[in-house]
Formats: sequence, C-alpha cells, structure tokens
Amino acid sequence: MKLFNLFRIAIAAIRRNKMRSFLTMLGIVIGVAAVIAMLAIGQGSNESIRSTISSMGTNLISLKPASQNRGGVQKGRSASQTLEVKDVTYLQNNSTLISAISPEMDGSGQLVFGSNNWPTTIYSGNEMYPSIKKYEVKTGRMYTTQEIKKAAKVCLIGQTIIENLFTNGEDPIGQNIRFNNIPFKIIGTLKEKGNNTFGQDQDDMVLAPYTTVMKRISRQTFLRAIVISAKSEDKITETSEEITKLLRISHKLKDGADDDFEIRTQEELISNFGAVSEMMLVLLGSIAGISLIVGGIGIMNIMYVSVTERTREIGLRMAIGGKGVDILRQFLLEATLLSVLGGIIGVGLGVLSSNIVESVLGWPVLITMDSIVLSFLFCTFIGVFFGWYPARKASALNPIEALRHE
Amino acid sequence: MSNNKVIDIRNLHKYYQMGDEQVKALRGVDLSINKGEFVAIMGASGSGKSTLLNILGCLDLPTSGDYFLDGENVKLLNRNQLAEIRNQKLGFVFQSYNLLPRTSALENVELPLLYNPLVSGAERRQRAQEALIAVGLKDRMKHLSNQMSGGQQQRVAIARSMVNNPNVIFADEATGNLDTRTSFEIMALFQELNDKGMTICFVTHEPEIAEFTKRNIVFRDGVLIKDYLIKDRQDAHNALANYREEIFEIDN
Repeated sequence: MKLFNLFRIAIAAIRRNKMRSFLTMLGIVIGVAAVIAMLAIGQGSNESIRSTISSMGTNLISLKPASQNRGGVQKGRSASQTLEVKDVTYLQNNSTLISAISPEMDGSGQLVFGSNNWPTTIYSGNEMYPSIKKYEVKTGRMYTTQEIKKAAKVCLIGQTIIENLFTNGEDPIGQNIRFNNIPFKIIGTLKEKGNNTFGQDQDDMVLAPYTTVMKRISRQTFLRAIVISAKSEDKITETSEEITKLLRISHKLKDGADDDFEIRTQEELISNFGAVSEMMLVLLGSIAGISLIVGGIGIMNIMYVSVTERTREIGLRMAIGGKGVDILRQFLLEATLLSVLGGIIGVGLGVLSSNIVESVLGWPVLITMDSIVLSFLFCTFIGVFFGWYPARKASALNPIEALRHE
Repeated sequence: MSNNKVIDIRNLHKYYQMGDEQVKALRGVDLSINKGEFVAIMGASGSGKSTLLNILGCLDLPTSGDYFLDGENVKLLNRNQLAEIRNQKLGFVFQSYNLLPRTSALENVELPLLYNPLVSGAERRQRAQEALIAVGLKDRMKHLSNQMSGGQQQRVAIARSMVNNPNVIFADEATGNLDTRTSFEIMALFQELNDKGMTICFVTHEPEIAEFTKRNIVFRDGVLIKDYLIKDRQDAHNALANYREEIFEIDN
C-alpha cells in the first residue's frame, strides 16, 4: 500500500471522530505545553543567574584569604591577613595570562550629604578595577593613578546614591560628601547596573581608590580580596592554576601545605548557584514529563477502545484487501498523528504560557529550540510506543470474526 | 480445466475445534461455478453455507481439499497473498452494508482501490464514480453513509464490491436487512450486473430471493444436497412493478 494512501486513511479516521480525537490529543497537548513552559522557566532562571554572575566581572577570578587555623582555633576569613598589596604587584609582574588585576577593599558606613544620609557600601580598587568588575563611568571621570598613590579622598557614586542624597537634583560632581565622617569629593558617577538575580542593588555603592579605603576607613594593610581578569574566557582555568602556583612560591608555602588563599572563578560560581536551579529544572522537567506519559497512556487507552469499537471496520478493511501490516500501520499512524498534532498544539500553548508567565509574573523565561525538539521527539515516540499495542491487536484480528462482531 | 471456471472446489472439508468438540462444517463439497453465473447458495443456518462463502471469499482456508480461484490454488497462498486476491479478484457485499460511518459514498467506494498500489489517485476516483453511476447513485456521491437509507447504503456497498473489477462478487444475505421493495431493487441491480457478465454468488435463506438467480445450490449439514438451474428466472424489475401494483390496489 502506498504511504500516501496510508496517510489518507489515517487522517480520514481521525477526522471521522473529531471530538474524540481532540480529547485524545488533549493529554499530549497539556503534557507538551507543561514540558515547554517548565523548561522555559527553569532555563530562564538558570540563564539569569549565569548572566548575573558574568555581569560581576570580565573573565573574573577572585582571590580571598583562606580561613586559618591557629593553635586549633579556626579563624574567620576576614581575620586572615595573607593577601597584601605586594601580592598584586608580584602577580602583575610574573603572570603571563592575566589582563588586569586589582586589590579589592570594601567597608560599609553611613553616607551624609547636607541633611540627607544613606547607608551604603564603599568598594575600592586600583585604576583597573572598573574594567575587571564591569563598572562604567557615566559622568565625570575615574580616579587617576596619582590619586591612588596619594590616597586621595575622591570617589564615584552609583545611581541609587544620587537618588537618595541629591534629592533636589543638584549635579553631584564636585560636591563633597562624608562617608563615616571622612569627607570625599565626588569626581564621577557610575552607569546603572540594576538589581542582580540575588536581589542586590548594584547601584547602591561608592567607588574609591583602595589606598584611601585602606588608610582612612579600614585602617589595615592586608587586603580583603584580589580581583583578576583572565586574558580570555577559555584560559580562565589555566590562569587560575598559574596564579595558585605563583602565589604559593611568593608565600613560600611548602609542598603539602594548604593554600593560605582561596581562588574562585566565575565558572565555579555559576556551577555553585546553577546547581540549585539545575535541580529545579530537573524537578520541573520530570513532573512535566510524567504528565506527558500520562497523556500517552490516554492515547493508548483511546486507541484500545477504538480498536474494539471499530472491529467491524477492521474486518471490512481486511475483507477488501487490507493486509495485517496495512491495519497495523494505519492504527500506528493514527496514534502517532494524534500525538504529533497534540505536540504541535502543545508547543504553541507552551510558548504562549511561557510568555504569559514572563509578562504577568515577571519571571525570566528562556525557550530553547532544544526543549521544543526534545518534547516533539518525545511525543512522537509516545505515539508509536503507546499506539503499538492496540495497532498490533487490530492487525491480528481474524477478518471473519471481526466482520461478525456486534 | 476449462478457462470458464471461475470457482472450482474439490472434496472440500472444513473442521472447527469448538472446545473439546470438533465441528464438521463442510464434509466433502465439490462445486464449480462458471464465468457469468448467478448462483444462490441456500440452506438453514448451520448448514455450512457461511463457512463455504468464507472459504470462497478467501477469508478462510479449507482443512482439506482444493479450491481453485481463476485457476489458482488458494490453499498454497499465505495471508498477504490472500489479501491481495481479495483486493483484486473478489468483491464483497454484506448483510449490514459495512460502510465506513461519516464517510462519503465516493470515499467508501474508493476504499478497496486505496489498498491497491497499482491504482493512481485519479484512476481511483474515476472508477469509483463510474461504479456509483452504475448503481444509480450519481447524485449522491458526496452524501455521507449515515445520511442514506438502507437501500442506498447497500447500493454503495455493491458499487464498492465491483469497483476493483472482480472475477466474482460474493453477497452474504445482502437483502437480509431490507424491506421487500428495496430487496427487489437490489436484486434488480444484481441482475443487471449479471447480465453484463459479472459472476455473482449470493447466499440467502429466502427462496423467493433465490428465484431471481440462475442456479440454486442447497446445503444441509455440511453437504451439498441440491444443485439445479432455474428455468424461468424471475425478473426483479417485473417483480418490482407487480409489487407496486399490488400496493396500489391495497391502497385503493
């Protein structure tokens, strides 16, 4: 029998029972829509975490002092004093793979301008710091190397601070503000970055030379962290290995001794935070997958009933020359067409509901071609798998008994 | 063997196993039917006539004995080959029409040709149209099967049985579900087909219907007991006309 004729027969059979065909498909429609929407939500949150982390810096590697154990007492990380400015200089001079490096200091305090005040955090680094951490100057200028050397009391401020301190719309540049009673002159403002996925306002910050923060605010000689940009994304791991090696030499650590610093790459951060959302994704995906299987069982159920109900039709088809394999193919194709058609509608519905979730709830969603292809293949498979048994049963009927069936 | 023999069966036996009991449905039947014959197969229920029709229609195989259809020994064919024989050499008309529901007359008639890979779409449509015209349903091709009367449905079924140009048409109690007048109409149609040369095997238990055929075969307990030619075959057209007159007289 010609394939085209087979399609004609199967499509005609589906159209003869429009309502039932629709109800049969419904299970698959809902299943596929659920898979698409769940994967879109899961992948959306995954992607937004990824983009948040990569917005934290360019090929970022960060070094922090390791927590130390002195005489059996575990000390907190901030109490460690293993990273110093000379480490920055050493790495800068000896590493071949880093493109930028900066010390990082921070401190929190109260910012005062006129009669307004605002609690915030001051971040600091050298002149390369903005490029490593992806900050951009919006108006005014960046502090200079000269100002870093002099530990000048100059700063740049984020947009949230402008909104809260300069309530009368004054131009902040050139104004003096006080951070923990230390006067700073504003030399520039930072471009907006918005909130990240963790809910942190990235514009609520003051940026100043690290020397100023070390000398006047934290009054310490050790560093809270060192931030580094690798030359390229695919060299991040290599770069972090090189840094580890160099630092161990410079810190004169013996073989077998633990590192007195901790090195983190962006990739690690992504995989740490991503693990949670990955788990969510698997969870959501499997629930949706289960509903797809339930839809498949629905198809099997209906096809099974359909074979019984259409026994005489099957008998007739056999009597006028339909072979067993023709009958098998017809019912298999009917089941597959139903599930594929359900799949197409389901993909449409899934994309639609993902967009509704995005616009109504404001959740980040990401519909990938993969999830569409995957659920499509899956429901074709379901059609064949669950259609097989009823089709097999139909093709094995004895035409004489089938014709006599009441 | 003469080329004229469409059907030739020799010493045919058919046994069924029903639980522990063996049912001997056919016990040594010899029969040959020539091209152009119009045979009524008669007998009480359980006489073996349905079993014979199933075997003649290649839906079932005999337990022993030979069946030559158009010179070919059916016993040697497998399931798929039997399906091909049914598709290309045989036509079936059933008591309960067996049309596909909610499907147009034309599509119902096209159905056997869909299973024949040698027939193109255009040819299929044309042959189905011709068959429907031949049974007098020229104006009802697009009607759905469930919107038709019993007589019309049976006409569609007859058109379906002849669309593949079969060697022989088997009709199983084809008038069993119809009233007298419609039965006469259907028999008239069969007679027209037979006059054009179609070989027809007609199973019935109504002697009055059998009178419209040319040869009657009677079965009892799996054995052929009578085989005779009808000398003065009734013309179904006349019967139909007389019947109308009778009704007319009763009405007045």
